[in-house]
Amino acid sequence: MLGLNKKDTTLLIIVVIMTMFAPFILNPFPETSQLAQFNAGYPDLMQRFVIFGIFAIGFNILFGLTGYLSFGHAAFLGVGSYAGVWMMKLLTMNVIPAILMSMIVAGLFSILVGYISLRRSGIYFSILTLAFAQMSFSLAYSVLTPITNGETGLQLALDDPRILGVSQVAGSIPPASLFGLAMRDSYEMTLGGWAFTFNVGYYLCAVVMIVAFYIAIRIFRSPFGLMLKAVKSNQQRLNYTGVNSKPYTFAAFVISGMYAGLAGGLMVAMDPLAGAERMQWTASGEVVLMTILGGAGTLFGPVLGAGFIKYFENIFSKINDTILHQWFAALPDGIEDTLVFLIHPFIGKGWHLTLGIVFMLVVIFLPGGIMEGIRRIVDLFKRRSPKDEVSGGAVPSAKAAE
Amino acid sequence: MDAIFLQILNGLDKGSAYALIALGLTLIFGTLGVVNFAHGALFMLGAFCAVTLNGILSLSFTTIDDSRTDFLGNPLRVETPYVESWFGPEIGAAIIQWSVPLSILFAIPVMVLVGLIMERGLIKHFYRRPHADQILVTFGLAIVLQEIIKYFFGANPIPTPAPPSFAGSFDFGVWLGFSPGSIIYPYWRMVYFAFAIGIIGAVFAFLRYTTFGMVVRAGMADRETVGFLGINIDRRFTIMFAIAAVVAGLAGVMYAPINSPNYHMGMDFLVLSFVVVVVGGMGSLAGAVLAGFLLGILESFASMAQVVALFPGINQIVIYLVAIIVLLTRPRGLMGRKGVMED
Amino acid sequence: MSGFRGTISRRNLLKTTAASGIVLATPTIFTSKAWSQGAFLNDPAKSGKLILGFNVPQTGPYADEGADELRAYRLAVEHLNGEGDGGMLGTFSSKALQGTGILGNKVGYVTGDTQTKSDAARASAKSMIEKDGAIMITGGSSSGVAVAVQALCQEAGVIFMAGLTHSNDTTGKDRRANGFRHFFNSYMSGAALAPVLNNAYGSDRKAYHLTADYNWGYTTEEAITSATEAMGWETVETVKTPLAATDFSAYITPVLQSDADVLVLNHYGGNMVNSLTNAVQFGLRDRVVNGKNFEIIVPLYSRLMAKGAGANVKGIFGSTNWHWSLEDEGSKAFVKSFGTKYGFPPSQAAHTCYVQTLLYADAVERAGSFNPCAVVEALEDFEFDGLGNGKTLYRGADHQCFKDVLVVRGKENPSSEFDLLEIVEVTPVDQVTYDPDHPQFAGGALGTCNPGA
Repeated sequence: MLGLNKKDTTLLIIVVIMTMFAPFILNPFPETSQLAQFNAGYPDLMQRFVIFGIFAIGFNILFGLTGYLSFGHAAFLGVGSYAGVWMMKLLTMNVIPAILMSMIVAGLFSILVGYISLRRSGIYFSILTLAFAQMSFSLAYSVLTPITNGETGLQLALDDPRILGVSQVAGSIPPASLFGLAMRDSYEMTLGGWAFTFNVGYYLCAVVMIVAFYIAIRIFRSPFGLMLKAVKSNQQRLNYTGVNSKPYTFAAFVISGMYAGLAGGLMVAMDPLAGAERMQWTASGEVVLMTILGGAGTLFGPVLGAGFIKYFENIFSKINDTILHQWFAALPDGIEDTLVFLIHPFIGKGWHLTLGIVFMLVVIFLPGGIMEGIRRIVDLFKRRSPKDEVSGGAVPSAKAAE
Repeated sequence: MDAIFLQILNGLDKGSAYALIALGLTLIFGTLGVVNFAHGALFMLGAFCAVTLNGILSLSFTTIDDSRTDFLGNPLRVETPYVESWFGPEIGAAIIQWSVPLSILFAIPVMVLVGLIMERGLIKHFYRRPHADQILVTFGLAIVLQEIIKYFFGANPIPTPAPPSFAGSFDFGVWLGFSPGSIIYPYWRMVYFAFAIGIIGAVFAFLRYTTFGMVVRAGMADRETVGFLGINIDRRFTIMFAIAAVVAGLAGVMYAPINSPNYHMGMDFLVLSFVVVVVGGMGSLAGAVLAGFLLGILESFASMAQVVALFPGINQIVIYLVAIIVLLTRPRGLMGRKGVMED
Repeated sequence: MSGFRGTISRRNLLKTTAASGIVLATPTIFTSKAWSQGAFLNDPAKSGKLILGFNVPQTGPYADEGADELRAYRLAVEHLNGEGDGGMLGTFSSKALQGTGILGNKVGYVTGDTQTKSDAARASAKSMIEKDGAIMITGGSSSGVAVAVQALCQEAGVIFMAGLTHSNDTTGKDRRANGFRHFFNSYMSGAALAPVLNNAYGSDRKAYHLTADYNWGYTTEEAITSATEAMGWETVETVKTPLAATDFSAYITPVLQSDADVLVLNHYGGNMVNSLTNAVQFGLRDRVVNGKNFEIIVPLYSRLMAKGAGANVKGIFGSTNWHWSLEDEGSKAFVKSFGTKYGFPPSQAAHTCYVQTLLYADAVERAGSFNPCAVVEALEDFEFDGLGNGKTLYRGADHQCFKDVLVVRGKENPSSEFDLLEIVEVTPVDQVTYDPDHPQFAGGALGTCNPGA
């Protein structure tokens, strides 16, 4: 179907089902139960899942296929966001021009950065991309304040021109929309104790992600993708056979830069503000972590990694002692207090600690990331040799060092 | 002229910290082939050794002074450090004031221990794993170490002053024939610079003039051959990791009086020291030190008002700009070897 | 009409949700907030719960300040629900609050982490609004975050009660109808500091500014230079320092070459601690220039940060919104209940957050409704007393509180680790009041309140 083999078609269908039914899947607990804390099915987080999924898919096209580890990819997301907000300030609140402009600007910027950085490989390449991103961040935060609004982040104002739209509606900034369909509109459905939210913005992001995912599959399976994998396994040999690998890696770099721009544009479409922190090295590091955590080189791993990290950031950071006491209220006081005391360092302000521990555990025990975990579980049921690949793509050396 | 002289001093000072951290990073990378994202955290741990020792020395017992009251109107609880009651108020106070230099003695065993545990317990298993995995696991470790410190010490900076004897500053102006007061430099910063030079010298001498160092250098060049000779290179590399941890830790201890330590100070230095290592050239110890001082000095010059007026924002980006220029003109950094970390 | 939920037409709605299929099959079981014609978003009367969102930095450099804010919020919730000793409820001039929750609803809350990043703060606030049904968002420890979250609350249709935010822009060019600030601002710092500095250091001074290179730094530098220049000081040089800077030696040494005799550090948090420590290390305080003692000024003081700078703050002037050593009844009551509960005195961040929560609750109570537009009306031009800063006005034109400002100085002989600042002068409110269209605040518009439905 759609030019995909059977395995890829299955994967794509799984992704379509997962994204379309995300409001149900992510809200497994009834509203009133104590576990509702772990529900993630609200619009903002669902949007973040798919947007960072797109970002990670794009990053994986570069890193997973060619092995070039860019440490500055957040810069493309950042410039894309700025371009998007400017379109909304100047042109219209319709999200289409904003998203397109985000991709174009991010693409142009990645042409510049890629052209220079790809002259080097290995860690030298990583540091070059890092340097560009950090320069963008520092300048956006300070000297470029007239364009970026510095620390606060670029945001809309009541007196923006919006030449194709309106500046304001009854004293408010008009909402971002797709031909009249406002991104922030939601429909709530209550089913027994459960509440499910269907958000316009989320479904736009989800559809875009499915398209982005489909394109990524096609790239992975194309001759172009094969060439990129050859770059990863042995660039030197490739060059000796007379192939110039440069244009291929360059193309991969720009494509993944445009994916990042697309993610930036969607972020702006969902929430019209672009902050400079989006370009900081920690943000670039985050997408690297997402990709490795999920499984670099696998098709779906990066999306899982993105979801994983965003889930921790948004759900664990909101658990506080009061909630813990509610959970364990049924237990005797002494045990309740002990449990709260033991868990306390890992939740709320300690969510970083939990995340750090999870990073270590995953990389120690699941060298191929979450995808490897899934593969092992699948193998357990199929009772087949663990060498079989489920998702295809280049799997990083799954051998532990011992 | 005097302005330039001062900025060179500033640069040497800043460069000392960069060079010490980059030196440790390069040691670990050169010997173990591991990209250690937790190295900044080791620097931070060192600084908190100083904070901890200061805290231990200031351990106090409480007496209640009925004649005064605290903010709630209750009788004031007066804290007297044990050392002051044991050795008398003056000697006791002096011991607390000298806690930072004393912390060097405290930090060495602590950092050796931390280094050994880290290497044997974790890094060992990642020698032959892809660099991406090494980055992920050491980054995770850095976060964990950082959060542990934050849990016990809070997020605010903790003042850790140098001994009062080093509190003033030296007047180069008089010494060099400029007007008095135009070039002054804090004593402690000069101590830091001298200390850094001492440590760097010691590490180089150790590698150059001892048999142990010779074997390690041989192992860095060709690990397998050295292994064939029946030498247990792994053990030596473990010890090198501990030494790198100590270098980072001592850099942190001595840095504590310059800027009050906080739990994320390691991350602030981490990215910069990676840039330093790469500009110096992966795997080159001399390159790391050279690049550290070079970037420190350039950063200081770039922050001069005259320079910023010419190129707005240059002070924010100079290190990265230099890194790009160096890497484009010298593909393997200033002193890098071919084939290291290029794939 | 614009709204967070509810602008969707039935036809569009069906189109959107048709994908799930179930909607068309079993339409009768749905009830939608969008159709229930609620007058405003997250109405406690409809959801049966009253949730306030406390959005503070829990990770990153301001985590300790955020922790102190959270302590104050927990205390405020206790007092509103009638637990504890009632704190400032007893001293507050408005007696609408009875310690029975707000409008009879028990106050609940959720907490989140801003990470002191605009993006993360908005994500956290959105989850409070969308997932937890928060009716009001409050907190924060930086102006960038405050402005970003304030804009979000305006779009979403909930009230935002700013925490610690000192930039002029929060109630200046970025003011919003749904947002309110109790904390003071850069302009007020300048206006309060200038006369005190004039008395202490004379009117013939040359000032050198080091300014954090971001929005708050700019407004503070502008406020301090214009206030000090008005009384005769000369501004020799203003230099921007990168936010990421940890070592300020390269910025301090040029001061030695200039003929400046005053150094103004427009820095906050870790920047302030480091730049002040560095300045003292370089012996600036022992210098004599133009026959005068060299002086250092820190426009915005925070006790938590002053602690990080240790002995270096001694004798250095600055301004602050509130300090626990104030002797009025409100402050004493607050310090007592905070100190009894937690064992140490509250910071100014804790104070402003506590007061903001009380002010919101009181406004709801007086308005008789949680509707954001009713709350805005109740808060605008509201005059009150007894919350620690004397007689205070919540000005309707820009949603800024006008009250006395404290000029403080680092204490020479602190009696405890909390006793770091001493109050030099309580600058009366008239002296720090300005026109809503003052040039430092121009270019903004409140817009209209948004109830979100």
